[in-house]
Amino acid sequence: MDKFICVEGLVVPLDRANVDTDAIIPKQFLKSIKRTGFGPNLFDEWRYLDYGEPGMENSKRPLNPDFVLNQPRYHDAQILLARENFGCGSSREHAPWALDDYGFRAIIAPSFADIFCNNCFKNGLLPIVLDTASVDDLFQAVTETPGYHLKIDLEQQSITTPNGIIYRFEVDTFRKNCLLNGLDDIGLTLQHVGEIKEYEARRKSEAPWLFT
Amino acid sequence: MGTQTLYDKLWNSHLVHEEPDGTTLIYIDRHLVHEVTSPQAFEGLRLAGRKPWRIASMLAVADHNVPTTDRTQGIADPISRLQVETLDSNCDELGITEFRMADVRQGIVHVIGPEQGATLPGMTVVCGDSHTSTHGAFAALAFGIGTSEVEHVMATQCLLMKKAHAMQVLVEGPLGKGVTAKDLVLAVIGKIGTAGGTGYAIEFAGSAIRALSMEGRMTVCNMAIEAGARAGMIAADEITIGYLKGRPFAPQGELWDKAVDYWRTLHSDEGAQFDKVVRLDAAEIKPQVTWGTSPEMVVAVDGKVPDPARESDPVKRSSIDLSLKYMGLQPNTPITEIQIDKVFIGSCTNARIEDLRAAAEVVRGKHVAANVKLAMAVPGSGLVKQQAEREGLDKVFVEAGFEWREPGCSMCLAMNADRLESGERCASTSNRNFEGRQGPGGRTHLVSPEMAAAAAIAGHFVDVRNF
Repeated sequence: MDKFICVEGLVVPLDRANVDTDAIIPKQFLKSIKRTGFGPNLFDEWRYLDYGEPGMENSKRPLNPDFVLNQPRYHDAQILLARENFGCGSSREHAPWALDDYGFRAIIAPSFADIFCNNCFKNGLLPIVLDTASVDDLFQAVTETPGYHLKIDLEQQSITTPNGIIYRFEVDTFRKNCLLNGLDDIGLTLQHVGEIKEYEARRKSEAPWLFT
Repeated sequence: MGTQTLYDKLWNSHLVHEEPDGTTLIYIDRHLVHEVTSPQAFEGLRLAGRKPWRIASMLAVADHNVPTTDRTQGIADPISRLQVETLDSNCDELGITEFRMADVRQGIVHVIGPEQGATLPGMTVVCGDSHTSTHGAFAALAFGIGTSEVEHVMATQCLLMKKAHAMQVLVEGPLGKGVTAKDLVLAVIGKIGTAGGTGYAIEFAGSAIRALSMEGRMTVCNMAIEAGARAGMIAADEITIGYLKGRPFAPQGELWDKAVDYWRTLHSDEGAQFDKVVRLDAAEIKPQVTWGTSPEMVVAVDGKVPDPARESDPVKRSSIDLSLKYMGLQPNTPITEIQIDKVFIGSCTNARIEDLRAAAEVVRGKHVAANVKLAMAVPGSGLVKQQAEREGLDKVFVEAGFEWREPGCSMCLAMNADRLESGERCASTSNRNFEGRQGPGGRTHLVSPEMAAAAAIAGHFVDVRNF
């Protein structure tokens, strides 16, 4: 997994609540057996005017000029500002894969759906929860200020605005450590092989029907 | 240990290792696998030179991409075909039990697990699919995971997680005639919202829950994720035990007796503490219909489409505006005046035998309305289909103008050829009314099987209680 330490990047505001993973990456793109290449189809149904299918030449498709990601001022954004319950619905990890492939490194929202949040951490993408009032302030600032950048420092758990305002955020200590060091969960778990085997032996004697 | 919730009991009995900060290794008993969220996990495992920890814990089936029409020619879409073939070859290579497309046991992963007795009380059950919460109906700790976690479970038989908060949803009293488990869970979601259960594991309890069949309980737990909760669960009782007896993967003989003794302990203790309790009076629940693009956007069938002008919160008002625009609905329209184009009876929420029986009773001897372009009944598994055919339900559906299909996820998420065209409106027994879920531009209204069947006959939503 890629490390996440510090990111300074352009912010794009996606001003709607309950953005589900079907919207983040529609089902037709889930037929891929790869982990990469989902970026061009991120938010496909909002981003393009035609119906996208796998294998299309996305650069030739008609863009929806009203969709915020298509506005020139937000090109190459690395930080997505979103509303409550971002990433709800399907457990598809293709959603964080698509966000990551597009170039996002962090998402700021008042709340995230549990499975999506978990999936982000596994892919070096940082989901940051801020209170609703702070998110409202950021929406206002980013809309009013072309080229609005934020600096996110995971070590310090801080977001710094261009005016020097600092927002602190909470992050799970274990997840933080994994991101800062680019640690692989499976490798960490396999340090406990002995305990897993002990558990299995104990459980097998208590509940043998689970092992038939 | 003091008094424990069902969630405490399931959590504690699977605890392998706990860090001081609460990060815990939880052992996984059953790993269900489907074709969409597994190929990258198998590939990751191979690239790292790892093998699955316990192959016997895995059960695989292709359900999302499979055609529900004639299967003798295989899958027409080459990309879908490759995904299903990839699952087949991964299972062959590693010796994983898989129900292939021609196997009568094939079906939707959340239908076949319980049907086979592969889901048992007291288990931890995971699958790369958010509707894994379904299996919690068996007093199991069951939840959806992403593909990285699929690989993690394959490699280690464990997951790294933190314990969620515990919520009890207490539904007391009898459900009215024509009111189903689907209406009950939609009413819960309407009350607590799609994020109301975020960070919680929900236990559904109360006399209304105890009165449900296993099919009904699965419908309720299936949609826990639509309230934001990764896991939903219900205590084990005689209904649970009766359902499992004799199922192929269930224990037999002495082991059965031993298991049953244990299963009878799988309930929250008297006086167990929950972080949050939500109460509903079952008698007040009416048949539900969603009007928007989130499952929380739901009203009773005798209600109206809401008016955004009456919403004071600007974010919520904007959500209602966007939803009504997408759904092509005017504020204050009575639900029963909404005309439909298609009807879908199926999905991991409502494609079990009881659902098909209930829908068939509504359409028996009647015919689908002229304005309904397509009405389809898609059984949840080959065995459900077989059972329905033994009971003559297929004929009831076909005579009423329904199409009777092969099992799979079908138009719940429209990954195969079954989908809505842009602007088409569907009465659907599935679980998500998100934009584009059933096809780009498609408009989904979530309802019970009975309500979908009645809408098919009337051509618009009707109150099935007076139908």
